[in-house]
Amino acid sequence: MLTDDARARLGLRESATFDRATIAGIQRAAETGIYDIRGWGAKRPLPHFDDLLFLGASMSRYPLEGYRERCGTDVVLGDRHAKHPLHLDIPVTIAGMSFGALSGPAKEALGRGASEVGTSTTTGDGGMTPEERGQSKHLVYQYLPSRYGMNPDDLRKADAIEVVLGQGAKPGGGGMLLGQKISPRVAGMRTLPEGIDQRSACRHPDWTGPDDLTIKINELRELTDWEKPIYVKVGATRTYYDVKLAVHAGADVVVVDGMQGGTAATQDVFIEHVGIPTLAAVPQAVQALAELGVHRKVQLIVSGGIRTGADVAKALALGADAVAIGTAALIALGDNHPRYEAEYEKLGSAAGFFDDFQDGTDPAGISTQNPELAARFDPVAGGHRLANYLRVLTMEAQTIARACGKAHVQHLEPEDLVAVTIEAAAMARVPLAGTDWIPGSR
Amino acid sequence: MDAVTEVTTFDLRTDSLRDVNAALHAPGLEGEFVIAHPAGAHNVAVGIDAPVKLTVEGHVGYYAAGMNQQAEVTIDGNAGTGVAENMMSGTVWVKGNASQSAGATAHGGLLVIEGNAAARCGISMKGVDIVVGGDVGHMSAFMAQAGRLVIRGDTGDALGDSVYEARIYLRGTAASLGADCVAKPMRPEHHEELGRLLKAAGFEHDDTGDYTRYGSARNLYHFHVDHAGSY
Repeated sequence: MLTDDARARLGLRESATFDRATIAGIQRAAETGIYDIRGWGAKRPLPHFDDLLFLGASMSRYPLEGYRERCGTDVVLGDRHAKHPLHLDIPVTIAGMSFGALSGPAKEALGRGASEVGTSTTTGDGGMTPEERGQSKHLVYQYLPSRYGMNPDDLRKADAIEVVLGQGAKPGGGGMLLGQKISPRVAGMRTLPEGIDQRSACRHPDWTGPDDLTIKINELRELTDWEKPIYVKVGATRTYYDVKLAVHAGADVVVVDGMQGGTAATQDVFIEHVGIPTLAAVPQAVQALAELGVHRKVQLIVSGGIRTGADVAKALALGADAVAIGTAALIALGDNHPRYEAEYEKLGSAAGFFDDFQDGTDPAGISTQNPELAARFDPVAGGHRLANYLRVLTMEAQTIARACGKAHVQHLEPEDLVAVTIEAAAMARVPLAGTDWIPGSR
Repeated sequence: MDAVTEVTTFDLRTDSLRDVNAALHAPGLEGEFVIAHPAGAHNVAVGIDAPVKLTVEGHVGYYAAGMNQQAEVTIDGNAGTGVAENMMSGTVWVKGNASQSAGATAHGGLLVIEGNAAARCGISMKGVDIVVGGDVGHMSAFMAQAGRLVIRGDTGDALGDSVYEARIYLRGTAASLGADCVAKPMRPEHHEELGRLLKAAGFEHDDTGDYTRYGSARNLYHFHVDHAGSY
């Protein structure tokens, strides 16, 4: 096969419109007659936190000493109504990922890693496992349209409850789990026949709209004697309105998941073409909270494409109280590691490209229910890797915060940021670098 | 002679719902309870996990007896949306009619609605038994996963749409069946099962021969291009 370089020398030119991935997609559709289902989040280029830069301190601002002066990282979530809000040591949480989508050991590792650094992890569509509860100091229990495995005993065991309306990878879509992953245990937890392709509802079965949600949230509070924070999670679309309605409905915490947020199985067309980038969603959410007078009172968790401490710091500076990671956490556990290169190739993929989480064939033993593959994954070692990664994210965010003269990462603010592209300036509502121009502002 | 059971009465004109629910969550709870003057309140008697008897004297709003465990709850009136939603065990008995999503996602126990139930009765039910004295609305037993839904009257459109393994027993007529829902033969075990459910709900004089069983054709259990028109 010719290399790209050899093709260029021959004058062969790839179409920007019909690039190789597009051509392969058309060929695949013509062969199979069904849409492509895959994992991961949006892969297209999007304006993102990379397009923002911090203005470090110099003459007009004092920086903090990097290794001497304290820069706090803790965050309290859900202190508006709950008797027992969550007090986390770092502002990076683990996003909802189901047992079913992930193996039992992988879920356990998420709990271990998060607990080691004092942050929370989250269940997913499919219920709470004892492994996960046992290893998670702070566990958020998702309340989803399917209500798979939902029961009041687990609700009472949770540290917080997250009512899920949608996720960034598929706002408006329900869960999906293909038959390869409906093992006897997964089927039992979800009350489904083994091996079927699960069709999950996209709407909650017993409420519709914000007025009903108010009553539903009150039910969850009454059920748990007003002990637990109630989160509301939305996929980023009409974020300004959704956040306002979530606050009106009584949410203690709002989770906004941008389109770069991952999924275990969704139609490719859904992942790439529905929703808005995380960067565009954060200022809308903050504006909604500020207009209601509840910014920092109703906490905002942002997810979708958080990879580095710089992303964490930028999300916080734009007004988030914490972030959540999913895809990055899986990579920290060992997903897409080059050590499995040969096996990825056998699956028609490659390390760094593998996104067939729906197939249950993950060589790393993370997104699978195959016992042999799952046994490859060591939850203790995986948990340590995740904890290391979470520590790095935190230290990186502290490094930036100190450089900006902040004694707590929460003190970062939009004033510390500029954008390097006009698009990012318009979405993030910070000035284009070197100017005082925020596109769209007066 | 039986010991006289003391009945504890709460009055929602004077007692706050939060206090009443908290009292019903007390560890080791037993005995009989009455909630007077519910006046359509939402979230009445949610989250009980005790073998108690509770009578609600009047109409209730959304989610009455939600997530019930063990308790025998009688609602002497009509119930709003999502009565006995996600019930795990015990009994919830509605003397009047129920609004939409009655028994939604419930995993166990028995829900009896003496009157009619509105749309989405038994939606995503996961093991509960539901007996409705009258009719049910459209999309009832939507994505019903397990359990039995007995309807003594008629149904609205799209009965049992995308049903999984739940069994539906219907005495009257379905306005239409939903995707993948089909009539199935009544074998002896179904007559026996239906007879038990009717008896438990106080309708033991019904002839099980008047009922038709509906369930999943299981054609949609795997995503396939040939089914595209069914979704």
